[in-house]
Amino acid sequence: MTPAARNKPLALRIGAAVFVVVWLITAAFPFLWTFWGSFKVELDFFSIADWTNALTGERTEETYGRPFTGAGYFGAWVQEGFWRPVINTTIVCFFVVCTSLTIGTLAGYALSRSSYHYVFWLLITALIFRAMPPITLVSGYLPPFFQWNLWGYLPTAIIVLVAINQPFTLWMLHSFFTKIPRELDESAKVDGCTQFQAFRLVIIPVMWPGVITTGLFSFLLAYNDFAVTSMLLSEANRTMVPEIAAFLGTTYTEGNVMFAVAAVVSATAPIFILVMFFQRQIVSGLTAGAVKG
Amino acid sequence: MYLKTTALAGALVLAAAGAASACEITGGRVSIIGNEFPAIQTVGAGAGECGGIEFNSNLTADHQKLNVAGMSGDPAEYTTAIIANSSIVALINEDVIQPLDDLVAQYGQDLRPNQLITIDGKVMAVAFMANAQHLVYRKDVLEQIGAEVPTSYEDMLAAAKMIRDQGIMDNPIGGAYAAGWNLAQEFNNMFLGYGGNHFKAGTAEPNVNSEAGVNALNMMKALSEYMNPDFLTHDSNATNAEYRAGNVALMNMWGSRAATLTTAEGVLQEVIDGHAIAGPMTVGGGATPASTLWWDGWTVAKNVSDADAEATFQAMMHGIRPAMLNDETSTLAVWLIDGYEPTPAAIGVFEAAQAGTIPYPMLPYMGLMHTALGNELADFMQGKESAEQALTDVEAAYVAAAKEKGFLN
Amino acid sequence: MKHRTFFWFFLPTALAMLIFIAAPIVSVVLQSLFVPHEAVLIETENCGPFGCTPSTVIDQEATDKLRQEQPLGRFAGLEVYRDRGHLAVTEVRTAWAESESWGDFFSVLGNLPFYRSMAFTLTYTFTVTPLLIMLGFAIAVAVNSLNKHLKGVVIFFSLLPMIVNPLVGSLVLFWMIDSRGVLGSLIQYLADDPNLSLKASTGLMWISLIIYGVWHSAPFAFVVFYAGLQTVPMDTLESAQVDGATRWQQIRYVVIPHLMPLVTFVALIQLMDNFRVFEPIIGFNASAHAQSLSWIIFNDLGGETRQLSAAATTSVLTIIGVAILLSPVLVRTWRDFKEKA
Repeated sequence: MTPAARNKPLALRIGAAVFVVVWLITAAFPFLWTFWGSFKVELDFFSIADWTNALTGERTEETYGRPFTGAGYFGAWVQEGFWRPVINTTIVCFFVVCTSLTIGTLAGYALSRSSYHYVFWLLITALIFRAMPPITLVSGYLPPFFQWNLWGYLPTAIIVLVAINQPFTLWMLHSFFTKIPRELDESAKVDGCTQFQAFRLVIIPVMWPGVITTGLFSFLLAYNDFAVTSMLLSEANRTMVPEIAAFLGTTYTEGNVMFAVAAVVSATAPIFILVMFFQRQIVSGLTAGAVKG
Repeated sequence: MYLKTTALAGALVLAAAGAASACEITGGRVSIIGNEFPAIQTVGAGAGECGGIEFNSNLTADHQKLNVAGMSGDPAEYTTAIIANSSIVALINEDVIQPLDDLVAQYGQDLRPNQLITIDGKVMAVAFMANAQHLVYRKDVLEQIGAEVPTSYEDMLAAAKMIRDQGIMDNPIGGAYAAGWNLAQEFNNMFLGYGGNHFKAGTAEPNVNSEAGVNALNMMKALSEYMNPDFLTHDSNATNAEYRAGNVALMNMWGSRAATLTTAEGVLQEVIDGHAIAGPMTVGGGATPASTLWWDGWTVAKNVSDADAEATFQAMMHGIRPAMLNDETSTLAVWLIDGYEPTPAAIGVFEAAQAGTIPYPMLPYMGLMHTALGNELADFMQGKESAEQALTDVEAAYVAAAKEKGFLN
Repeated sequence: MKHRTFFWFFLPTALAMLIFIAAPIVSVVLQSLFVPHEAVLIETENCGPFGCTPSTVIDQEATDKLRQEQPLGRFAGLEVYRDRGHLAVTEVRTAWAESESWGDFFSVLGNLPFYRSMAFTLTYTFTVTPLLIMLGFAIAVAVNSLNKHLKGVVIFFSLLPMIVNPLVGSLVLFWMIDSRGVLGSLIQYLADDPNLSLKASTGLMWISLIIYGVWHSAPFAFVVFYAGLQTVPMDTLESAQVDGATRWQQIRYVVIPHLMPLVTFVALIQLMDNFRVFEPIIGFNASAHAQSLSWIIFNDLGGETRQLSAAATTSVLTIIGVAILLSPVLVRTWRDFKEKA
């Protein structure tokens, strides 16, 4: 595609650029708005009197004497110790991604290299498994987990997240592995490799585009999960999302929405760094790793 | 709010360090599950001060989904659950909490008799705070239109009409009418205010499709005409935000939130100055206020050893001891604890109790009715169906659920 | 691949799925066929801070005996499936017999929770899925033609709808579309109607949810297609160019067929996710206007009295619904699979 891109007519290039810009605004506007608003007080952020208050910060100025305040950040990080859930989230994400990619690549590879009928049925079964609403699954876990004293710990939540997401990982990796030509590992096997050696020596070096993409989604799932983490983790082991939900308050009690907003904004920064770091893998890695047989 | 809690917990820890002998228990395990609001956090922190026990607490908004499962095992993960009169029912239905009579006799000298929740003659829980919905209003706006403080919903409607007609506010009434739990709760208030009974006496047969039910719905519809058009999405957070922004002059709000209504950052000065609270209103000429009374309290799990039960009871007693009341904690809730001096924000709840407001029904099947109401009333509020049809739907939905749970045949 | 080798490669994944998904599914199916025992009620008096009231409680001793005899509960067969909260067989039959027009019949159906939620769920699924696939594809093609240095930033910002925490993300969006929020004000200005409120009308609420759905899931399709674009065979593309294929023809005859397995994949996953739509309904407080099967499960489990059998039944119905929904795609996958084999 890259050579073709160079000699595009001007109109098409402008059209594409305008489209990308419009999309970027659509995608990023709510976030930028949140970012801006995170330095305001709640009544400005949800500016019921007049939406322009969210821009000018009228109530914030009244309270703090200037239109910006770091009170939300101070509250979330210093008062409420938001770093603890951040560490928990880091642990959960890291292990979920590693575990699900390790067992997922093995299984996805095997599925793509076997042509018996059971492969199809395994994929279908996995898909049906995925249809199960997570809240039902989680409420089913509670009695045995309490019984065997597994409830509340990070490893439990990690294994559950891996398992719940495994059908998706499997399908995703299966479709990527199917696109890697079979001749690659077949020829390695002809040269005397076992199946696992063929996988390790020939397939692993070229599988990264698919694995990185899948890993990205595993990561986002673990990072944003609410159903599992809110129900299976004790208060001390909470990850970010249940903690943010706790900031929001309930029917009878006041929450602190600005703590939640500040927490969300600051929790997005590491992802920014992560994506920037991986973009070389995602962009050049994908292009260079493109399979040519 | 959170600042207070944290500071408070810190202060309590310091106090405990100074007077460690205040609560010394000889062994046992204490593990708390409960909601996470500041008053409960304070009680939990207080229980945790006790020495000589293995202490654990899990305070979360999802406590209702966890407590039954966490208390069903043997031994139970949680030795105590902090619950309200609506949620104790699930624990009693599943038979996971134990009678406390012996423990009360042994360790409960500090308790006032009205803190004991007795069911079928047995003490099942110890209450420590009360709550109710009541009127919150802007006295400056009422003065401006020359109206008295409304004591009935009819007065409220009349005042709202004047406020709108005089161009002071477009939507002067606020209410937590979000479809689901909140809307159902508003219906319960109104329905009880009209003298309705949710069930036919002594049975689990529904009884909401009655004159009281239709009147309640019509009153809610009339009130909603003076609310923000998005009222079906407004929970109590959104309603309070409207009030703070000066868009609402009259609303029925939870007592537990009255104390912090004007303390949030950036509230308009005129709202702070004009803010006032009063008891709950009546409706339709009835004498019983259209509201419900609530309590929060703690229980002790059934499947725990006697030592753990004793330790838990003692630790929780320490959490709600009269000495824990001070300037900071007194504002957190309307405490039922001996020696509590009501703060100005507590007037509404006290008046609710004095005016003979009905406690939220503690019946095994009330939760099913609440769910059915929350799910089926929104169509009526949007004008998609008649009040009778909506109530017929409620009863049908309730009957299906009650049959499944074995309450009806 | 030999069966033995396959077995060892697949074992870890299989174990995880069997323990954490298959076993719970079995118990959910069982739970949907059984209901709790009839509660033995006794009349009594409850006392508390506000005085005493006559009340009813469950007679635990009598109920306990029933439980000991049959620990699973009463066998109900398909009774729960047929009740009003689910397929509402009796109600539908009566409506069919009594209603005079299709309109009548549908308005009765719309009053039953299962059918009410299906109306929204299906509309949502069949608008959001194609829209997000098209949008994701367009973004992928456009981003792919960008300058190398811009790509990283563009990818990051494109992912934002997925990254920003859904709890706060939907709260912010929900606020933005409020009649006094920034987007709500813009829409009022554009529509020239100062009283327009997206949250007060069912139709507009559906549209908001659909737009949110596309916005939230397009990045997923984008990333998958973008990764797929990197593997488009250059030689085929070049020979198409040599043959004088226009840009559109290249996309139509080379790129799209190459990406077809990925389109199938995205369609499968998204049809399923959209059929189980849940978070936006909660986030937008939209249950007065739109409900889904997942929302019903949440509602059954979230009440003060948890309706486990009802939730289990709705879960089984969800699985069946997903299976029906996916069957065309599955048949296609089966054909592909046979061709390759």
